[in-house]
Amino acid sequence: MNMLIAVLRELIGLFVDDGSLALMILAVVILAGIFATLVPDLQLAAGAVLLFGCLGVLLANVARAARR
Amino acid sequence: MTGSFAHIGPATTTAFLASLVEAVEALTIVLAVATVRNWRPAGLGAFAGLLVLALIVVALGPLLDRVPLHLLQLAIGILLLLFGMRWLRKAILRSAGVIPLHDELTTFAAETAELREQARRNEARLDWLAALASFKAVLLEGLEVVFIVIALSAGRGMLIPASAGAVAACLLVAGVGFVVHRPLARVPENTLKFAVGVMLSAFGVFWTGEGLGVAWPGADLAIVGFAVLFLAVGFASVAFLRRPRIKALS
Repeated sequence: MNMLIAVLRELIGLFVDDGSLALMILAVVILAGIFATLVPDLQLAAGAVLLFGCLGVLLANVARAARR
Repeated sequence: MTGSFAHIGPATTTAFLASLVEAVEALTIVLAVATVRNWRPAGLGAFAGLLVLALIVVALGPLLDRVPLHLLQLAIGILLLLFGMRWLRKAILRSAGVIPLHDELTTFAAETAELREQARRNEARLDWLAALASFKAVLLEGLEVVFIVIALSAGRGMLIPASAGAVAACLLVAGVGFVVHRPLARVPENTLKFAVGVMLSAFGVFWTGEGLGVAWPGADLAIVGFAVLFLAVGFASVAFLRRPRIKALS
């Protein structure tokens, strides 16, 4: 049982370490998805939201972590 | 579907580097088990761990083939973003000195001490406990390798190059560990994590975008451009985060 819990913890830990980083990444993906759905002729705009959103999230997150 | 060279090269290299990091971490625990007890439980536990990992790959492979490609790319892309950016964030914070570097010698000492304490409490079951520690280390570290290999190869017919990269790294670490009989503390773990974090994040953006229906300019070559951007942001972050510390020291 302990082993199973350890494996499950490890599985979740693979993707979520800092909860706010994971949430912000998901928010960027959702935003890009909304763009892709609402403006299907401008798919690259959704791509730009995704790419620069992720880069921005990373910058903001490490800056916040350093201030803590 | 087969991948282009722009996809195969980075995928194989990323699988190799990521597996190198994970294999070094698993080796530290297996070595601790072998030091406290002997190679028999350490080897048996590691072998059992590898067997379970192989079963997971065999079971997951055919299942993934049944998922529609766009859905698979979106799901794997998001998981790669979560995984890769987590590694990159940690590598940036470690490079900037915000959090301490991972130290294999400290991990080895802690694991050895814990096993010795368990031996003192329960000598009769020590072989079992030692094998279990080795099994757990290989299984848990190996899960990350399995995820990376499956994620890098899913829907692109690149299971063989990505697996080859991972297997080569594991064999290299096992071989060196077998010869030197010490934790591989001099492997530049944070630099490797930095590089892998950059590549996985780039793959994550590419596949999430493809899953959303984005036709990236340059097709697969876009991954290289994304990697350059993540690398630049990573370096800039390290330089920016180091600055206040240098000022405070001076």
